[in-house]
Amino acid sequence: MTVLVVAEHDHRHLADVTRRTVSAALALGDAVDVLVAGQDCQAVGEAAAALEGVSRVLLCDDPTYAHQLAEPLAELVISLASDYSAVLAAATTQGKDFMPRVAARLDVAQVSDITGIEGPTTFERPIYAGNVMARVICEDPIRVITVRPTAFDPVGEGGSASIETVPAAQDPGLSRFVEESLTESERPELGAARVVVSGGRGVGSAEGFQLLESLADELNAAIGASRAAVDAGFVPNDYQVGQTGKVVAPELYIAVGISGAIQHWAGMKDSKVVVAINRDEEAPMVQMADYALVGDLFEVLPALRDGLRALKS
Amino acid sequence: MKVLVPVKRVVDYTVRVRPRSDGSGVDIANLKMSMNPFDEIAMEEAVRLREAGVATEVVAVSIGPAAAQDTLRTALAFGADRALLLETEESLAPVVISRALAAVVGEESPDLVLMGKQAIDDDCNQTAQMLAARVGWGQGTFACRLEMGDGEVIVTREVDGGTRTVALGLPAVVSTDLRLNEPRYLKLPNIMKAKKKPLDRRPLDSLGVDTRSGIRMVSVAEPPARKPGVRVADVGELLDKLKNEAQVI
Ligand SMILES: Cc1cc2nc3c(=O)[nH]c(=O)nc-3n(C[C@H](O)[C@H](O)[C@H](O)COP(=O)(O)OP(=O)(O)OC[C@H]3O[C@@H](n4cnc5c(N)ncnc54)[C@H](O)[C@@H]3O)c2cc1C
Ligand SMILES: Nc1ncnc2c1ncn2[C@@H]1O[C@H](COP(=O)(O)O)[C@@H](O)[C@H]1O
Repeated sequence: MTVLVVAEHDHRHLADVTRRTVSAALALGDAVDVLVAGQDCQAVGEAAAALEGVSRVLLCDDPTYAHQLAEPLAELVISLASDYSAVLAAATTQGKDFMPRVAARLDVAQVSDITGIEGPTTFERPIYAGNVMARVICEDPIRVITVRPTAFDPVGEGGSASIETVPAAQDPGLSRFVEESLTESERPELGAARVVVSGGRGVGSAEGFQLLESLADELNAAIGASRAAVDAGFVPNDYQVGQTGKVVAPELYIAVGISGAIQHWAGMKDSKVVVAINRDEEAPMVQMADYALVGDLFEVLPALRDGLRALKS
Repeated sequence: MKVLVPVKRVVDYTVRVRPRSDGSGVDIANLKMSMNPFDEIAMEEAVRLREAGVATEVVAVSIGPAAAQDTLRTALAFGADRALLLETEESLAPVVISRALAAVVGEESPDLVLMGKQAIDDDCNQTAQMLAARVGWGQGTFACRLEMGDGEVIVTREVDGGTRTVALGLPAVVSTDLRLNEPRYLKLPNIMKAKKKPLDRRPLDSLGVDTRSGIRMVSVAEPPARKPGVRVADVGELLDKLKNEAQVI
């Protein structure tokens, strides 16, 4: 049976998380279609058609989807779902927003945030902040699934899927876009970066994060944060890593002044190498990290930055 | 304006839960239980609307075992006017919970449903959106700011790239994120007062909703263990390990 992947994009570029979702979809079914709904999003349709393993791209280019509001987007997916055995989207704030609407209207369960696929109906997903891995079976006629992007490798390019236009669904008119405030950054995206430098309450202030910035410059890293650092206003909300924030799995995760609460650990425990910089040797992060350096971050970070510079030259 | 707040009784966020050794499930019988933290935020917001004179009634509802009465008493101590427990011993998937909540919405006709974005036990993040879809309402998920407008609610949402603001016609469903507010500390007089407030208990069956679903958990396991780490003495040793041992820089 065919699987439908709902693409994520900014109307110009296909998101990396969709390449990863397609790879999960290929593990599920024999054919994969990708739905691209947006405004002036032809380029995204073409990018999706070039993904390895994609059979068909359904392109719905319509102002209704300019802001990717959950209600109209769900309506469109519902209008297409009956042709598919499963509908997948990334477990991002967007996927989490509209997908449960799709499931509810089909009156089927949703399998959230899967990290593994054992068969067409058997999945692995974390519960209790990732302290427990659950095996779940979903035998609904249409499986509605959100995929944890870090758990799947992105598919490559080289495909040449057909692009078909699909009509917009009726906009239920339940919500209206007002405004958005997106964090501008030259850095790699947090969810996809090879190196993440994350700061916690110990960093002390927004100015303190400058130290992390200068370290991140040397490593071409993204910046992350604990909830405490976000709550204190040191950095914007979209920096939060954790059970209820972003999930990251970089090659290298450097936790600076972060104690290592289970809710934070849940969001970065699949990192390949974890470094803790903390002045408290009893901090859980120090106990759990691959490499722990016990010391004052305000002394350690400049030295680490200088050391990296020296290594490079 | 009437506000409905669904609250779930979950294992307290400070407890580290472990799977049973035979993988058959998670033993929560003797663990500390609390109101789901996101639901506390929803309760707080509802009560603030009540205190501001915007809401005239706040009703808390929970679907769960008899012990979920404690959770509802907490909701009443926050300032809910009354509470409803729909009793079941079964642990039900969000698809079923949303069916039940849709039936409660049918009975109560609230103008606004305020609820958590995620239960920290199942980590599903589904129920609010499912409820909104079932009753045909708009949704404002992951709210960090909520403002009442003229016949609408304006919700600023935490999204992956920053924040996004939407306006929803009422009635609507809003799910809370961490930074919407800081729930109050419950004072003894309020806890005492809560004991006298109405708490209605009914079997979940009384709603007449289908409690079957296509999803079931078949087993649980520990997440893969990480190998033990090492303590490094200084920045020089750290750099050496990262370069030569881990080969990540
Ligand atoms: C429902 C819920 C959801 C949550 N979701 C998340 C989530 O998604 N992500 C998340 O991160 N948290 C989350 N939390 C919060 C979590 O429980 C912790 O409170 C939070 O992670 C703590 O942040 P922290 O480690 O920065 O702060 P703290 O625990 O205060 O730790 C600060 C650390 O900095 C160290 N330090 C201080 N000064 C220095 C210095 N000069 N040099 C070196 N080290 C120093 C201290 O030794 C300490 O270890 C959630 C909580 C709840 C209830
Ligand atoms: N059994 C329940 N009783 C009342 N509310 C619930 C229940 N389960 C979930 N909810 C609500 O739905 C939200 C999201 O839960 P979930 O979709 O399971 O992550 C919670 O924060 C609660 O507000």
